Amino acid sequence: MKASLQRLAERADAEGLLDVAYATVDSPFGPLLIAATPRGLVRVNLPAYDPEETLEELAAHISPRVLEAPERLDDARRELDLYFEGKLTEFDLPLDWRLTDGFRKKVQRAIARIPYGQTRTYTDMARSAGNERAVRAAGTACGSNPIPIVVPCHRVLRTGGGLGGYGGGLPMKRALLELEAAEDASRTGGYSKRRSN
Amino acid sequence: MTTLPPFQTLLDEHAAEVMGVLRGAVGRADAEDCFQETFLAALRAYPKLDDAANLRGWLLTIAHRKAIDHHRANGKRPLPVAEVAEVAVEDPGPADDGIWELVGALPPKQRAAVALRYACDLPHAEIAAALGCSPEAARRSLHEGMKRLRKELA
Repeated sequence: MKASLQRLAERADAEGLLDVAYATVDSPFGPLLIAATPRGLVRVNLPAYDPEETLEELAAHISPRVLEAPERLDDARRELDLYFEGKLTEFDLPLDWRLTDGFRKKVQRAIARIPYGQTRTYTDMARSAGNERAVRAAGTACGSNPIPIVVPCHRVLRTGGGLGGYGGGLPMKRALLELEAAEDASRTGGYSKRRSN
Repeated sequence: MTTLPPFQTLLDEHAAEVMGVLRGAVGRADAEDCFQETFLAALRAYPKLDDAANLRGWLLTIAHRKAIDHHRANGKRPLPVAEVAEVAVEDPGPADDGIWELVGALPPKQRAAVALRYACDLPHAEIAAALGCSPEAARRSLHEGMKRLRKELA
């Protein structure tokens, strides 16, 4: 049955019927569900959230043609594996931004450009997105990032050094920052511009 | 507008049963092709489906149609007698207490007649048309097949 299902996913892909492919990736924090459209990576679901709900959201917002097809996510799986091993500092994956829009999309695109091992503040991100005073909206944008880790919202901290929030939980945010050897802003009282790679 | 579940859910819940029915209807060797055709057709139609209340029934209907297509296409050719020798070893089916395994082990004409009658719910005339034989021959195949099944289940 497994071979039949794999063949089905391949044929569906070849015939343009695989609108959303998903796979599960192991991480130090638990299993991540990742999903891609033909355009690129569209969603990363952190272990803190129910993957079934995320699949239902993908079915409702993109297309109900959602299939488990790990082969379609080979590049993303490999890059995430390397990232968690500390061997990859820059993701090189096509991204599909269709689950976001407006100001939060601007903020999230700016987050995608924060280099590995560095951090920014919510104010920085509001400014990058073109409205320095929209700090709260920038925070909301970080919280609604559909592609966390690859779009590194964990690199955005509070002005003055607080960790701020993280959908995957603050221990995960801290661990990701430590993995990247960014200076822990909660101790140094500011964000670091030190490059670690 | 109805909310359709991710298509993977349909596979997780019904793929094994669809495969079991198809093995009964067309035999083990051809079930894989019919299975692929069934789910590709389902995928094509899925986003426009109005009613998500009975997805299992919808899938089984498509599977039945594919099984009938298969028999119609085969009906134009003589039935290969060499295929009679089938081994009745199958993965355990999910439902029906393994009845489809027994059906799958019947000689091809009996197997097809039983499957078309009871899995696809076709009348005798259509079974005959699908198998490319007379209604009497279809009735006889069905009767022989059922007799054999009753004996095996007794």
